[in-house]
Amino acid sequence: MKMLSYKFRVVVLACACVFSQTAVAAETLSIVQKRGHVQCGVSQGLPGFSNPDDKGNWVGMDVDICRAVAAAVFGDSAKVKFTPLSAKERFTALQSGEVDMLARNTTWSMHRDTALGVDFTGVNYYDGQGFMVRKELGIKSTLELGGASLCTNLGTTTELNAADYFRTNNMEYEIVAFEKADEAVAAYNTGRCDAYTTDQSALYAQRLKLTDPAAHVVLPEIISKEPLGPVVRQGDDQWGDIVRWAHFAMVNAEELGVTSKNVDKMKGDKNPAIRRLLGVDGTFGENMGISNDWAYHIIRTVGNYSETFERNVGKATPLGIARGVNALWTQGGLQYAPPVR
Amino acid sequence: MSEKPIIARWRARVGQRDVLAQVLVALLVIMAVYWLVGNVVSNLERQNVASGFGFFNERAGFGINQTLIDYNEDNSYGRVLVVGLLNTLLVSVLGIAAASFLGFVIGIGRLSQNWLISKLAMVYIEIFRNVPLLLQIMFWYFGVLRNLPVPRQSLDLGELMFLNNRGFVLPAIEAGAGAIWYGLAAIIGITAVFWFKRRARRILVATGTIASVWRPAASIFLLALVMAYLIAGVPFQLDVPVLRGFNFRGGISVIPEFVALLLALSLYTASFIAEIVRAGIEAVDKGQREAAAALGFTRSQSLNLVIVPQALRVIIPPLTSQYLNLTKNSSLAVAIAYPDIVSVFAGTTLTQVGQAVEIILVTMLIYLTLSLLTSLIMNWYNARIALAGGTHG
Repeated sequence: MKMLSYKFRVVVLACACVFSQTAVAAETLSIVQKRGHVQCGVSQGLPGFSNPDDKGNWVGMDVDICRAVAAAVFGDSAKVKFTPLSAKERFTALQSGEVDMLARNTTWSMHRDTALGVDFTGVNYYDGQGFMVRKELGIKSTLELGGASLCTNLGTTTELNAADYFRTNNMEYEIVAFEKADEAVAAYNTGRCDAYTTDQSALYAQRLKLTDPAAHVVLPEIISKEPLGPVVRQGDDQWGDIVRWAHFAMVNAEELGVTSKNVDKMKGDKNPAIRRLLGVDGTFGENMGISNDWAYHIIRTVGNYSETFERNVGKATPLGIARGVNALWTQGGLQYAPPVR
Repeated sequence: MSEKPIIARWRARVGQRDVLAQVLVALLVIMAVYWLVGNVVSNLERQNVASGFGFFNERAGFGINQTLIDYNEDNSYGRVLVVGLLNTLLVSVLGIAAASFLGFVIGIGRLSQNWLISKLAMVYIEIFRNVPLLLQIMFWYFGVLRNLPVPRQSLDLGELMFLNNRGFVLPAIEAGAGAIWYGLAAIIGITAVFWFKRRARRILVATGTIASVWRPAASIFLLALVMAYLIAGVPFQLDVPVLRGFNFRGGISVIPEFVALLLALSLYTASFIAEIVRAGIEAVDKGQREAAAALGFTRSQSLNLVIVPQALRVIIPPLTSQYLNLTKNSSLAVAIAYPDIVSVFAGTTLTQVGQAVEIILVTMLIYLTLSLLTSLIMNWYNARIALAGGTHG
């Protein structure tokens, strides 16, 4: 009995010590400025979104959001460090202050937004859950997957969506959930599962890691809404604004035709919307506690939304994803940013 | 020495001083715990993170591919915890049994006078003890999985059992109403073994002759079985798995994640147990073996009746640690998707509910309880075999 009470105390102490750091919720901006860089939580390696390139630099659409925030705060998109997090660890890492923000292909869901003490600042990629199978199975639709084994990542909305979809359609299934995406893909590759299921963008990305990518096909159906976006701690509205508008600045830039190539020339443009965006007129940056040319630095060093999309996941990349629902609202897509005004 | 009288008096009261010190330390610890718990609670509140244990009754909504009790997506997170705990217990208990058996065999083999056996045991120990467990788990999982066929080309064992990369599918035995008689027969058989064992011991102590145990016990068990058959016939049915669609339906499926984890845990821990067994046997005085030989004991009699009972006293305490290690190491299951408690509760449930503090606390308490229970049982066993007097075989 004595031993038990002693060990219990140790457990409580250890646990509480870890979580007592959470007091850093507010004033993220001043902490970041003092530290000299943004600490950004990303995936453990998802091509196109956050993945180290052959030189060890992190690249991807999510990485670009982190770099955009660094550019807005410091005027230098290099002042950011990345923390690779598993799906399971990500929210705890954000809640405890280990990272300033998440840009980790994270689905915006109501439960996460309301019960985890975090806020989603927007949607930088509209995604949906899909399935990848071997071509040789001759399967054309997800409705033919009854009785299949599904490999997926542990602790994601994927597990729940798959359960809902198969039960709704009266199909049996077996879920095999791995903590790391690499192991899930490896298990699918060796034939443990009939299908690999995750967000469709990630299916295209992970297919590149298979022994013979051409032998696998991504099924056309999408069984869920997966709006992926950056996440910040709840209760620090100033920091939330900066992350939110870093993304909006890139979308607005695309809409206004401002790119990393022409941004310096555009500074002299007469269009008042461009002048406000680039900080020539107004005090929009100051209102967030950063410099007025915040968006200028984002566009100069990271580019507009179209540039980051095409560079990381677009037609010219191995992923070859079309803009689809991620096109601007003016072109029939869902990407829409409130005006800088 | 011009010490003030009050200090001198204080120095003299050693007992009271110690008590006061302990009370002060205890107070400090309690205050620290109180402060830390309060800190956690207020931090969580300030950040609007949900807290409490209400989520235990909420619908889980996700599937689990190995459940020892009935489970479906409509069950609660509380049931998920039980499912995960049972899966952890299953792999731990079987792992402990397999590792103990293998460890004893290899440990004794290490001491064999046969050069080949002894060297083989040594090679086994050095390989399995020195490679990180996680690598071994990955090796067994991906190594074995890669070489197994797809369900349609399953290795077929007598049209009853099938081996493929979805696992090992066995026919299930479905018991009918009359099965209770067979259960009764089994109980009678087990009771008979114990009864004849006690009887044999009594006769041994009284007369020095060795009475047989297994033969009469087996005859009684057989007799009970025949009776059960006469009363109930064969109340069992085989549920043979059949290939339909992607995989086999029906029967019992042993998933490859379980096999890989069990193999890795047993083989790894067995290497440590082997060394503990060797040390235990070598700790028994050489004179004991010589005395047993002088009394005309055969080699196996001397091992079973003289050496091992004494060696056990040295073996049990470190063996307990290995059992605890195996149970805790089973949490590495999460790497290869075996649905243990860390995977389904501290993994999926944690990300869905988001209450890390509560869930990790519960998980730690469960591992703590498992460890303490194991220690308790092993300490009880240790106390039982540690006879007073010491030299008694």
